[in-house]
Amino acid sequence: MTDSAALLNKHSFVELGARQRAKALLDAGSFRELLDPFQRVMSPWLERQGVVPQADDGVVIAKGSLDGLPVVIAAIEGAFQGGSLGEVGGAKIAGALELAAEDNRKGIATRAILLLETGGVRLQEANLGLAAIADIHAAIVDLQQYQPVVGVVAGSVGCFGGMSIAAGLCSYLLVTQEARLGLNGPQVIEQEAGIEEYDSRDRPFIWSLTGGEQRFASGLVDRYVADDVAQIRDQVGELLQQGLPPQPRSQRAEWFLQRLAGLETGPQIEPSMVRDLYQGERS
Amino acid sequence: METLSFEFPAGQPPRGRALVGCVGSGDLEVLIEPGLAGRLTINVQTSVNGSEQRWQHLFARMFDGTTPPAMSIDIHDFGATPGVVRLRLEQGFEEIGHD
Repeated sequence: MTDSAALLNKHSFVELGARQRAKALLDAGSFRELLDPFQRVMSPWLERQGVVPQADDGVVIAKGSLDGLPVVIAAIEGAFQGGSLGEVGGAKIAGALELAAEDNRKGIATRAILLLETGGVRLQEANLGLAAIADIHAAIVDLQQYQPVVGVVAGSVGCFGGMSIAAGLCSYLLVTQEARLGLNGPQVIEQEAGIEEYDSRDRPFIWSLTGGEQRFASGLVDRYVADDVAQIRDQVGELLQQGLPPQPRSQRAEWFLQRLAGLETGPQIEPSMVRDLYQGERS
Repeated sequence: METLSFEFPAGQPPRGRALVGCVGSGDLEVLIEPGLAGRLTINVQTSVNGSEQRWQHLFARMFDGTTPPAMSIDIHDFGATPGVVRLRLEQGFEEIGHD
């Protein structure tokens, strides 16, 4: 039996666009967009390659408050060019994070929330996109001295490439079942490793290894939440209230490397092996 | 990719502006701002080449027998069908109404 009342009352976060997601997380009336689409700061590179640009280059930067705390949100629009980051969109995120750190040095405790739906760098903008992503990484590390940076991967694009490193650098990471998180996307791995090893069309297989539930069970993300606006907002708010984690995951690299060194790479890796590797064997 | 321009007679400019849609597959982004009184200008960037006549007919049919507000409209189209274009434009016109 389908509970139609529950279905009708459910507000999906995954189905929202980047701007709507940012608005849904912020306190009512506090949303203020920086470099809004009417300023038309667009990619200068796409048009020359015959690709239609978007007025905000697929990145929404908004300031506001969440449960009264000052926050800046950077939301990536996954529907535009696969959420890929080019020169402009990347600079918008890096700039927003750098200004948040600047705020903190001036005594304003701005926190950051990253809504990540991205395949990583925009190949049409090559090195400019990569450089921007490196700026984002540096800015996350800088801001984390003062206040938490919360990453949200809701789906359905997921978070890959250089931006998966940005996700790994976040103070906290929140995912839904729809999310995927990985350095290389499924098609890239299939191309490199062969279809026998990694079939990118096998959705249950892909999600069993890189999906939100698996990433949570492996201790690589901090919260696993249903695709529901209110629940995601509550959890993000809780993480912001917690302040900085005692030790950010990015500073536990040694521990992760030690675990990886003990991995036997001969046989095909099963999802349960990864969970055991990172969390220890559980009965 | 093609860039197209259209112009239609119009009334007075609206007060608000609006953004609807997204440059995603089969969709389009429409930015509507107040224009100069008497003129409705539309700029279209579309991924579909050779579609000028289709856009011309679509707009002509929409504004036929009406005097639209004087707007400056920018469209970034990623292969939207005429039906989707019309829905997005109507959504945008509704939104400039309430500010």
